[in-house]
Amino acid sequence: MVDQKTLAATGNSLVAEAIRQCNPDVIPAYPITPQTTVVEELAKFVAQGRMHAEYINVESEHSAMSASVGASAAGARVATATSSQGLALMWEELHIAAGMRLPIVMFNANRALSAPINIHCDHSDIMGARDTGWIIMFAETAQEAYDNTIMAFRIAEHPDVLLPVLTTADGFITTHSIDRAEVMDDETVAKFVGEYVPTYALLDTDNPTSHGNFAGLAGPYFEFKKQERTAIDASKPVIKQVGEEFSELTGRPFDLVETWGMEDADIAIVVIGSTAGNARHVARDLRTKGVKAGVVKVRVFRPFPAEELRTALKGVKAVAVLDRSESFGAEGGPLFLEVRSALYDLETRVPLVNYIYGLGGSDVRLELMEQVFSDLSDIASGATAPFGLTYLGTR
Amino acid sequence: MATLKELTSNPERLAGGHRLCAGCGASIAVRQILLAAGDTPLVAGCATGCLEVSTTIYPYSSWRVPFIHNAFENSAATVSGVEAAFKGLQRAGKIPANKKMKFVAFGGDGGTYDIGLQSLSGAMERGHDMVYVCYDNGAYMNTGIQRSSATPMGAWATTSEVGKAQQGKQQRRKDLTSIMAAHGIPYAAQASVSHWRDLTTKAEKAFAVEGPAFLNVLAPCPRGWRTASNQAIAIAKLAVQTGFWPMFEVEDGVWRQTVKVPERKPIEEFLKPQGRFKHLFTPENAEFLVTIQAEVDKYWEYIQKRCACEG
Repeated sequence: MVDQKTLAATGNSLVAEAIRQCNPDVIPAYPITPQTTVVEELAKFVAQGRMHAEYINVESEHSAMSASVGASAAGARVATATSSQGLALMWEELHIAAGMRLPIVMFNANRALSAPINIHCDHSDIMGARDTGWIIMFAETAQEAYDNTIMAFRIAEHPDVLLPVLTTADGFITTHSIDRAEVMDDETVAKFVGEYVPTYALLDTDNPTSHGNFAGLAGPYFEFKKQERTAIDASKPVIKQVGEEFSELTGRPFDLVETWGMEDADIAIVVIGSTAGNARHVARDLRTKGVKAGVVKVRVFRPFPAEELRTALKGVKAVAVLDRSESFGAEGGPLFLEVRSALYDLETRVPLVNYIYGLGGSDVRLELMEQVFSDLSDIASGATAPFGLTYLGTR
Repeated sequence: MATLKELTSNPERLAGGHRLCAGCGASIAVRQILLAAGDTPLVAGCATGCLEVSTTIYPYSSWRVPFIHNAFENSAATVSGVEAAFKGLQRAGKIPANKKMKFVAFGGDGGTYDIGLQSLSGAMERGHDMVYVCYDNGAYMNTGIQRSSATPMGAWATTSEVGKAQQGKQQRRKDLTSIMAAHGIPYAAQASVSHWRDLTTKAEKAFAVEGPAFLNVLAPCPRGWRTASNQAIAIAKLAVQTGFWPMFEVEDGVWRQTVKVPERKPIEEFLKPQGRFKHLFTPENAEFLVTIQAEVDKYWEYIQKRCACEG
């Protein structure tokens, strides 16, 4: 383990610090609440000469990702950040960045999507990116946002992967709250992430290559997409390996799925992001009352950790999946759909219910978690689940 | 400025054998502009469009320079990223400090006047050391001749149809070159593939300046203009001679007409050889033709004034 400095800082500040320490060559940046302080701090680092990066004040998020694609194809290490409408505006470019196999790292401050307009936390924006080919990591805390961002560069640039990575934290809750965190020194981080050596760089003018070619005449397009699938599948062992190395370095555990109390849990909540803490808090209380409650936190959503979830949830009597976003018209939220699909392969069916909660920053009170666990206890003791999907905490 | 002999001895950076149509103005523009860039290392980018799909059919590429295509509306933003990478990597010491490079982005009028205008404006405002070239053939030709804001007034297109209720495009074309000049960039110019010397000179100037430069090049599309393939250059020349396409440059804010037209031909001479304007030559459209001529006159006089005042 290395020596680390303990700080009190916001999630955004720690993400900016992580990006600075990873030493990108180009930062295309466009402000959006609640990501703004990330690009502000990066602009300050550049102005102070603490980063060599070329900072591009793009005129939109679409151009932020377009310039990221250009810079990454040129051979640069590229980092950027966005949120909500900005991520939605990038949608076209997200697919292109992944399809062109460019290891861009982007931080997303998870925020609701319009309409109606709302600047607070939910996962509507990031879940809209779930099928774009990006690796997607979630943070519960500011510390995890810092850690994920550093690991993201290693994962993205790994030769077996070469895919862009989205690291995320919950808007305002994690991005703006001051939290305790441990940070490594610059040299340790630089050594951990290493130097990016691109395989095919536009700026290698002695060996000209064409990027983004037309593969529209049957055949090759399909082959390229298969390679993309192979790459994101291959990212899983890479993420595990990088996580292990990171844990050894920092003493902080990392896994795609992190569990609490799941060794003997009868009932469990599956959750993403900052709400995991609320769920654990209530589970801990319930344990003192003899209820075997557990919590499963999904830290990496793409590639989806289906095997890990099967292992964690096998034999549990009732499971609630908490979704902070909608998949309107589907049988549940995005996380629920994926978890249910993963559990289908278990021989014994695990009773599964879905709650939509906290949209647009709607307060996630402990009572809501208590209600979920109480429903689960009823189901575990034989009550028929009266619902498939419940809106938690609405009138 | 390079002589013709010098230009022809420069490397051919767009290889023959691409799939653009015979008589396509875009390939002529690209070839002449790249010749004018000399042998300095260069990265080219291109918006989605005819030029892109016809020169990069996987696994082939006609580009003998590093090339990137990203999407339709973002050729400028993409190449601005490439240029920024060059600066960032030079600052990091990963590219020698004395290495010189050029960056050029191409786009058609749909990808430039319309969907790519914001991306272009942003890149020009930020001052990237790059040249943006619009090959203007006056419609979305790759998708099958749809009207753009560069389509001339009166032109037929598949989305500005001709019928009882409407006679082709009703609006004037957008004056993009002036819009780009208004960004205060070091160099902006309007050129035509029919005037190779003027075009290569403007391209040389565009590459020579430090900072952003913009070239708007009239590039006939025989398929969309409904003309014979061997008429492209002749018709582009008529665009200049009628004053439809004034040839000018704005160098450090100074406007200058680069091709004088002492006696402008009537606009009919440009319109008549093109099938896309054939409906205009009916008695019912006589007045519309007068309006079109008046629009051409107005634009011509505007450019004359700007060049007279400041050049």
